[in-house]
Amino acid sequence: MIALVAAVHMPYWLETVIKVVVVLGVIPMMALMLGYVFLMKMMSHMQSRLGPMDAGPHGVLQLVADGVKFLQKEDLTPANADKWVFALAPLLVLISTFLLYVVVPAGPRLVVQDLNTGIFFALAVSSISVIGVLMAGWASANKYSLLGALRAAGQLIAYELPLVLAVIGVVIQAGTMSLQGIVHAQEHGAVFGFDNLGEPFILTQLVGFLLFLMASQAELTQTPFDMPVAESELVAGYMTEYSGFRFLFFFMGEFGTAAALSAIAATLYLGGWYVPGVHGTAADVIGPIVLITKMMLVAFLIFWVRFTYPRFREDQLQAFAWKYLIPIALANILITGLLKVAF
Amino acid sequence: MTAVTDRQRMAYIATQASEARVNVELQTEDMTLNLGPQHPATHGTLRVVAKLNGEQVIDADVVCGYMHRGYEKLTEVRTYPQVTTLINRIDWLSSFANEVPFILAAEKLMDIEAPPRAQYIRTMFFEMARIANIGLFLGEMALQVGALTPAFYAFRDREFVLNQIEAATGGRFHPNYDRIGGLKEDLPKGWVAETQAVMKRLREFCDELEGLVAGNVIFENRCRGVGVIPAEVGKAYGVSGANIRASGVDWDLRRDEPSPLVWKDLDWKVWTHPDGDSFARYWVRLQEVREATLMVDQMLEGLPAGPIQAKVPRIIKVPAGEAWVHTDNPLGEMGFYIVSQGGLGPFRCKIRSASFNNVSVLPWLLRGTYVPDIITILASLYFILGDIDR
Repeated sequence: MIALVAAVHMPYWLETVIKVVVVLGVIPMMALMLGYVFLMKMMSHMQSRLGPMDAGPHGVLQLVADGVKFLQKEDLTPANADKWVFALAPLLVLISTFLLYVVVPAGPRLVVQDLNTGIFFALAVSSISVIGVLMAGWASANKYSLLGALRAAGQLIAYELPLVLAVIGVVIQAGTMSLQGIVHAQEHGAVFGFDNLGEPFILTQLVGFLLFLMASQAELTQTPFDMPVAESELVAGYMTEYSGFRFLFFFMGEFGTAAALSAIAATLYLGGWYVPGVHGTAADVIGPIVLITKMMLVAFLIFWVRFTYPRFREDQLQAFAWKYLIPIALANILITGLLKVAF
Repeated sequence: MTAVTDRQRMAYIATQASEARVNVELQTEDMTLNLGPQHPATHGTLRVVAKLNGEQVIDADVVCGYMHRGYEKLTEVRTYPQVTTLINRIDWLSSFANEVPFILAAEKLMDIEAPPRAQYIRTMFFEMARIANIGLFLGEMALQVGALTPAFYAFRDREFVLNQIEAATGGRFHPNYDRIGGLKEDLPKGWVAETQAVMKRLREFCDELEGLVAGNVIFENRCRGVGVIPAEVGKAYGVSGANIRASGVDWDLRRDEPSPLVWKDLDWKVWTHPDGDSFARYWVRLQEVREATLMVDQMLEGLPAGPIQAKVPRIIKVPAGEAWVHTDNPLGEMGFYIVSQGGLGPFRCKIRSASFNNVSVLPWLLRGTYVPDIITILASLYFILGDIDR
């Protein structure tokens, strides 16, 4: 759509409005899709049950129904809560999610804003959610929320580092920080002597890919890194006191971010919107489909782990980040750098 | 005993000292966290009041009694056959196993013995109740430690056992099947072959969970060395069942106590583990479920023919006297002390249920642990609220 817009040379304000509308439409769609496909259906089938079946065929509309239900619920604010902070926290989490989508390209011209420090921007805005989580935990005036928020802060800081370090390998290989540039860098190269197939960075950066997956799992506070919302310990962690549409915001933030991080992983390691043999306007048309397919593949891995593993303890979680992930990420950077210089 | 009190005193002094030091250095305040009575982790209405320093537990207190139903008193106004309905609801996940010690105590007073077929079926349902109960624990514990999926597998496969219990007794959860001098009715047609298939399936379930949960490195890290109960501490607090066997105490009432039930005729093993931590408790229970399926198989093969009911008077009156019978129930030692004065119902009845003693070790156990460990320890001690509060 944006490609068409660009072709007709719309005025700047109209282009901006269209971009905003697209982003506003895409994020809830992504969150709904991931929530339905993975949280509801895949988890159910892995656990030998059917999941929602009644709302629409195979329960497709279940999350829509849930959304409507959330909107009807009373918007509760605890008596002791810090009202403004309590109300702002879910918005802040959601803003971080929305900003992530700005730099993810879905085609050669299908990108909201191709920043030349794209990946840097994405990782930076993804950490804004920590502030929202801390605000939520502190403002709720609830001990479980507070414990959850402090755990979240510790965890997100610890796992931001391997996330950034894992990406550096790709940046070294591509020679650019722009996500569009990284996709273009993966267009060329040969796989086992076959030209024109492109060279997704997962072939050379497998370690980086796995690190990125683990770190984004922690960023998303999903099992095995779901200490901040540990259901059996902290009730619902920092979300305990939230109800109605504010809870919905957290939910959308979580799944929207899951989709965004999966899309970024797909862009960095699997070639993003690029599929061999398609260039130009055709790539703009099928690019989004390719990207969503790849994104779903990555998200499948993330959710598979989520439904399989138990939860770490806080100290084990920190030890895992600092003792294993970060040294491995540093070694990965070193080796990538040496090879880049050598060849 | 002295070792315990010394250790407790030392631990107390140490926590007090560290608390004082931290308070002086950082000016921190302790936080009191109220876990329960409505909390997703305590599967029921147990309340743990924990005093926290950061995430470390300085002091913990267990409050129970939110579900007290006064069963000991209620037995006094009921006849013996009516009492089984009540005691079905003590440990509601293995109801049949509750009936057995009570009926045995009444039989002991009346000096009658059920025929061999009835004894075999009793023992069999006792072990099937163990499978249904502990089978659920195997998934439940994983759920408390954070893995969702094994809990659903446990619920799925427990259903097969419950179906068999329901087919024979008519009750899925509360069979009310045991009678003084025998059983309510004989097994239905085709039940034996079906149960053999179910037991095979349950062994596969145990193998699956051994790989999925016990073999998971995160699960091991969460459970190994967490909530260690030394053997002498466990004994001092009256911890029983798999909890004490996981501390290396080779003590099983099924083997060590003479009983009219047929455990003595079977070829089986008492599993113990030297560590005494949460992982050991999980592991011992896993082995016990597998052992129980093998025991049920043996009993199905050796099931004698004959009547299922001994001759008892139409109106059951128990002669005056006192009797104490305890068995090794799924949750631990369960005993009934019945005082009869020759009436239709018990004059006094003291119920010794396993979970009450098992959770009484918690304040000792929780001191110095972290918040996530509270949940692991609560889950691995495995109590049923009905069994604590009666």
